[in-house]
Amino acid sequence: MENTAAIMPRIVTPVGPCSAAHADWASGKSAALPAKIRMTNVQKRFSVRGRPVEALGGITVDIADHEFFTIVGPSGCGKTTLLRILAGLEGMTDGSIEISRELASEASAVRPINAMVFQEQSIFPWMTVRDNVALGLKARGLSKRSRYAAVEPHICKVGLEAFADALPHQLSGGMKQRVAIARALANDPEILLMDEPFSALDEQTKLILEEELLRIWEETRKTVVYVTHSIDEAIMISDRIMVMSARPGRIKDVIDVGALFPRPRNMDAVKASPRYGELFNRIWHELREEVFASRAGIQG
Amino acid sequence: MSMQEARGQVVIMQPELGGTRGPSRRQLERVLSVGSPVALLAMWEGAAWLGKIDTRFFPAPSGIFQEFLTLLQGTELLRDVGVTLSRLAIGFLIGAIPGILIGLAVGLFGPVRAIVSPLVDAIFPIPKIAILPLFLMIFGLGETSKYAIVAVAVIFLVLINTASGVRNIDRIFLDVARNYNAGRMMVFWDIALPGALPSILTGLKLGMGIALVVIISAEFVGAQSGIGYMIWSSWQTLQVEKMYVGLMVISVVGFVAAMVLTLLERVLMPWKRGD
Repeated sequence: MENTAAIMPRIVTPVGPCSAAHADWASGKSAALPAKIRMTNVQKRFSVRGRPVEALGGITVDIADHEFFTIVGPSGCGKTTLLRILAGLEGMTDGSIEISRELASEASAVRPINAMVFQEQSIFPWMTVRDNVALGLKARGLSKRSRYAAVEPHICKVGLEAFADALPHQLSGGMKQRVAIARALANDPEILLMDEPFSALDEQTKLILEEELLRIWEETRKTVVYVTHSIDEAIMISDRIMVMSARPGRIKDVIDVGALFPRPRNMDAVKASPRYGELFNRIWHELREEVFASRAGIQG
Repeated sequence: MSMQEARGQVVIMQPELGGTRGPSRRQLERVLSVGSPVALLAMWEGAAWLGKIDTRFFPAPSGIFQEFLTLLQGTELLRDVGVTLSRLAIGFLIGAIPGILIGLAVGLFGPVRAIVSPLVDAIFPIPKIAILPLFLMIFGLGETSKYAIVAVAVIFLVLINTASGVRNIDRIFLDVARNYNAGRMMVFWDIALPGALPSILTGLKLGMGIALVVIISAEFVGAQSGIGYMIWSSWQTLQVEKMYVGLMVISVVGFVAAMVLTLLERVLMPWKRGD
């Protein structure tokens, strides 16, 4: 029997702005900023019909504060599992995750650590757009009046002010994901987790929402961990891209996109750049290798 | 190769004209569904007048209607209908409300499920009317035993359907609730209850069907009033037309109850309406 004891992310709250805890965190490419999320040898095993399956083979990476960090990998590599572990929805088998909070104050004490935007339809069909966006605030015990006041700007930010009282079945797929994004932002989390939020949408809607996400993110600069299978999407929106290997998921490559394409970023300019093609190919070849490797593994 | 083939063929497509000519298929179906019961009644009436059927068992519909009008003059029919309706309504509520609440708890919380489900599994298969003698013994011949038997008939169906409704709520919704730190009360009222509503209403509809069966049977043997009592006593005194009036009234009660529940469904679940 596998050890299923869930190890959950540890929340580190520094006591002051010059906390000693930050000093040794400065490492690697994100040297200028303290690590917001520090993952050390994160492993996940589970058993399928009694046979152990290694989903994550030890992930060690630091994600900086205000960084847009994207994970790409072949399907089944454990990228969604990693995100769910970060979200506290699943435990890890080994390793540790430290998430540093902002300064300990009354405000940060009630601020949630993370909010997740899920891949599939995750907004509640029986709640209006407004109530869906206000979900996290209701869970925190805010009164109806104050949570409605608080969500209004977020509903406007995603362009749904005319639909605030609508029920989700009256909305298109793209609008539903906007609601999910507004819901996550309204909860004002320390980190935003996004699991292929646009993968179920049509290509044009997806492009428009990517642009909007980029615009909203540039306003808020929240730390984002974003999982996608789209190389193009990863290049467009990320500061860094982590390429994962086939199962068991390990880090194959970490690419500093921010160094190539500074912000604020213009999507058209990025696509027109020859470096875009080079980057795309680099990631594609890495992924292709992994897909073939995992196929050989199945046949062998 | 003939000339025609060489020239190829042109297929001409034109809008259908059928929609504007004569009654549409839907109109025809509506006429048929009103027509079939009317036709049956007319045949029954005719056969009764012509002496083709035994009017001791199948009195003419006009005779039954006549009896209905006569009974409306008196207080007996209205009292019986009122008594049965109040037994149904009170018993239904006593069964349905705890059925929903316990069902939600069973669906959400493992320990509650472990405690409740063996009891439900053991008691549910008993035909509820079989418990009537026990209830008559415990609660006496008064109204309480009628409420109790209806409540017991309703609670199991509502509980089982509610619990399975909660179990069938998309996992993603519970993940969202966890991710947003929703408390138990919020999960119970804002997620489990609305999420299970479609199943809850199915349970209520099934429960209402069983409740009708149970209350009428209970009134056959264990009551001195109600529609069931009226049917049973008409049979014993061979007042066949009055018995048919009783059957007609139950049919209307069942129909209206189903309609009320369908209306409730539309009001409670606006997101299930396609617009």
